[in-house]
Amino acid sequence: MNLSSGAVIAAMIGAIVLTATAGDVLIASAMRTVGDLDQIKAARGFPGAVWAVLSEGRFLAGACCMALSFFSLLFSLSHADVSLIAPAAGSLTFVSNAVAAKWLLHENVDRRRWLAAVFVCCGVALLKR
Amino acid sequence: MSRSSMTLGRYLVLGVVTLTSAFGDTLLAIGMKRVGPVSLAHPGALLAALGTPWVFAGVLLLLVFFASYLTALSWADLTFVLPATSLAYVGIAFLSKFWLHEQISIARWLGIGLITAGVGFVTRGPAYTPRDSTTPALRGTVQEGL
Repeated sequence: MNLSSGAVIAAMIGAIVLTATAGDVLIASAMRTVGDLDQIKAARGFPGAVWAVLSEGRFLAGACCMALSFFSLLFSLSHADVSLIAPAAGSLTFVSNAVAAKWLLHENVDRRRWLAAVFVCCGVALLKR
Repeated sequence: MSRSSMTLGRYLVLGVVTLTSAFGDTLLAIGMKRVGPVSLAHPGALLAALGTPWVFAGVLLLLVFFASYLTALSWADLTFVLPATSLAYVGIAFLSKFWLHEQISIARWLGIGLITAGVGFVTRGPAYTPRDSTTPALRGTVQEGL
């Protein structure tokens, strides 16, 4: 199989975006459930804060997705230029995260945040041209 | 302290997220270029790459990034933290220019401007979508205290 073909590189980028978005959403959801780490650290100390995070199932699932995303990125970087992989995956992840945060995390994604996501997405795409 | 209020310490945490992400990704890119192409038939080579100095240093920085990223997500929305820390891409561009001696084209400067504008948009708004004033993981502690 030619690992440098356009379709394969698109699949690599898709895998990075999908696993990164799943990881970000799961971890953000876990941290919302855990609550403010500064308050937990003040009440229970550093080990208490670490335990609060590690005992949250969604955090572990999110960390697994992040690890998958990381190895997908490493694999892709060894086959394609960082100037293609990084902006494509980075910019698409901003948009997919904004959509997922609105629908799955019910965050208040107002016009300001959509604009920010679109500006950053376009900026990242331009940055590595 | 409210989960939606941004203090100097919280902006510093966002700064650490930004810097460790920029340096970590740059070190990883250098390391993987030196490792060379990894075959699907030998996925173990990816694990072996972790033992090389550049990749290892990149991973250490990305661990610091992850810890500060988790801290930020405990008091801010995902749609606030991600754009707010996207200045890392600008940092990577400057590292590429001054460390790796790459050229920054007009398109890149335009990209830097757009990212900076995006960061400006999001950081002027609220950081958190409020739902419950009590820190969930401390509810048991509060009830025990009562």
